[in-house]
Amino acid sequence: MQALPNTIIYKGRNKIYFIAFWLIWSIIHVWVLQEWKYTAEEAWTDSCVSNALLAAISVVIIISMHYYLPRKEQLTYFSLMCLGAAGIWITLTRFILSYIVPDGILNAFTQSIPVRIAIAILILGCIILINVLLYAQEEQKEQERRKNESDSIARDAELYKLRQQLQPHFLFNSLNSISALVVARPAEARKMIQQLSDYLRSTLKKEEYKWVSLEEELEYLRLYLDIEKVRFGHRLSTVLRQDEKALPLKLPALLLQPIVENAIKFGLYDTTENITISVESEMQGNMLVIQVRNPFDPDVSKPVKGTGFGLNSVQKRLFLLFARNDLLTTDIRENIFITQVKIPQ
Amino acid sequence: MIKAIIIDDEPLARTIVREYLLDYPQVDIAEECNDGFEGVKAIMQHQPDLIFLDIQMPKINGFEMLELVEKPPAVIFTTAFDEYAIRAFETHAVDYLLKPFSKERFDRAMQKWLEKSAGDRLPAEEASLIQVITEAALPNNRIVVKDNSRIRIIPLHDILYFEAADDYVKIHTADAWHLKNKTMQYFEKLLDSKQFVRTHRSYIVNVQFITRLEPHEKESYLAILNKGQRIPVSKTGYVKLKQVLGL
Repeated sequence: MQALPNTIIYKGRNKIYFIAFWLIWSIIHVWVLQEWKYTAEEAWTDSCVSNALLAAISVVIIISMHYYLPRKEQLTYFSLMCLGAAGIWITLTRFILSYIVPDGILNAFTQSIPVRIAIAILILGCIILINVLLYAQEEQKEQERRKNESDSIARDAELYKLRQQLQPHFLFNSLNSISALVVARPAEARKMIQQLSDYLRSTLKKEEYKWVSLEEELEYLRLYLDIEKVRFGHRLSTVLRQDEKALPLKLPALLLQPIVENAIKFGLYDTTENITISVESEMQGNMLVIQVRNPFDPDVSKPVKGTGFGLNSVQKRLFLLFARNDLLTTDIRENIFITQVKIPQ
Repeated sequence: MIKAIIIDDEPLARTIVREYLLDYPQVDIAEECNDGFEGVKAIMQHQPDLIFLDIQMPKINGFEMLELVEKPPAVIFTTAFDEYAIRAFETHAVDYLLKPFSKERFDRAMQKWLEKSAGDRLPAEEASLIQVITEAALPNNRIVVKDNSRIRIIPLHDILYFEAADDYVKIHTADAWHLKNKTMQYFEKLLDSKQFVRTHRSYIVNVQFITRLEPHEKESYLAILNKGQRIPVSKTGYVKLKQVLGL
């Protein structure tokens, strides 16, 4: 009986339903026999013996199904099981009853054997069917859980990969700038090392799926943009404008970063003119609204309206967090690309 | 005097090369360029012996730029490019400097080049290497061509078909065509075979523009494009086309 706690019948309320069924069924059994030709006492004896045995046999079946659930030819297997169990049950019941009831009643029992077997097969069949369904359901749930898990792992890997694509380039080019500054302008070189260290430190510290305040996130972006200014200061200007009220609002960590990296990639790396990249944040109702603007070179990159350049991962993340697809929007005005992200508070 | 040109979109990165070159009084920096367009112009104008070339640059990258120069000068790449491209370099003999690079490393590259009789054009072996890298590292969504002195960037999705024309390949778009000094095999290998199908010895077609296929002569067909152009399809071309179109 040790196996019982693991079977499906034992989970949740199933065991209560199981016991309730047998009690009700036993009472029906008594009632039917009394209507026929049994006295109350005889009917109760018959009902108790046969139903206790049938219940015991169904428990045995349930336990066996816990250990062995055929994949193929389920129907044949279970039909045979049903017939066999019913046969064993009727033999045992008759054997036990032959010791405790008078001959007349035993004759009546023998007469009603076909009906009893039919009912037993029906009940056992139902129990097997319910079991099979419950197991299938369980398996489906398990499969779903595994799928979710693997999805989230794939997602993490994807995000990581996306970040890795830009980071080494950024890092090595920044180090190269430092190398150039060291001789000509040592003070600036030292400042750049400081900025780069601060930036890397906060990158290492950041955890995806954590929420941070806008103030914190903007500080991080400012560092990133300042480093880019050392490399491209001759043609890059940045504007960071924000509502005082918006500063303490929260947003998922590293959500803005890919948007700004995207703006830098298309607005700065792929252009040759003087350009401005702006990040504007404000509170609209219960939303934190952030707008990033960058110019782009229409000859080189044709932005696709809708999802924009490479913003799919941001879109996906927002969907996972808020189950909404309308939080990230992009727009093109002349040669300015505008990315807007809304974060519900 | 050795003429050199530095092509890099970051002024500070050019500063380093300039500074390191101070030890080479025989090298004269003819020009410094911000991007590939300027680079092509400067190379044509100055006919330098040596260029220092970054790979990631606005508009067109370093490889694309080299493609546009008919007889490229010797090249020393200066790049923060990722590993896999670097391995392609290493297996061959072209020199590259990985940013940030030291003065010693720079000197070694210069020494190597100076020994190969300064002023020589790029040796044949290295020219073929550039080809190899180019194919691996070209952006896969566009082709750069030069019409006279104008450089054009053609998005792949604007190209209707490629047509062989002697030593050139004619690239047809909806309203124009451009010549590029490459072979049909080059494009066949470069392009995504699910979008561009070599239907004929002399034709590669963008399948998204095909509106219908008509039987032509014995065992050959014609692909009709949406602007009415008729492209020959050979027997083997038809098999490939059927596969891609899922017929």
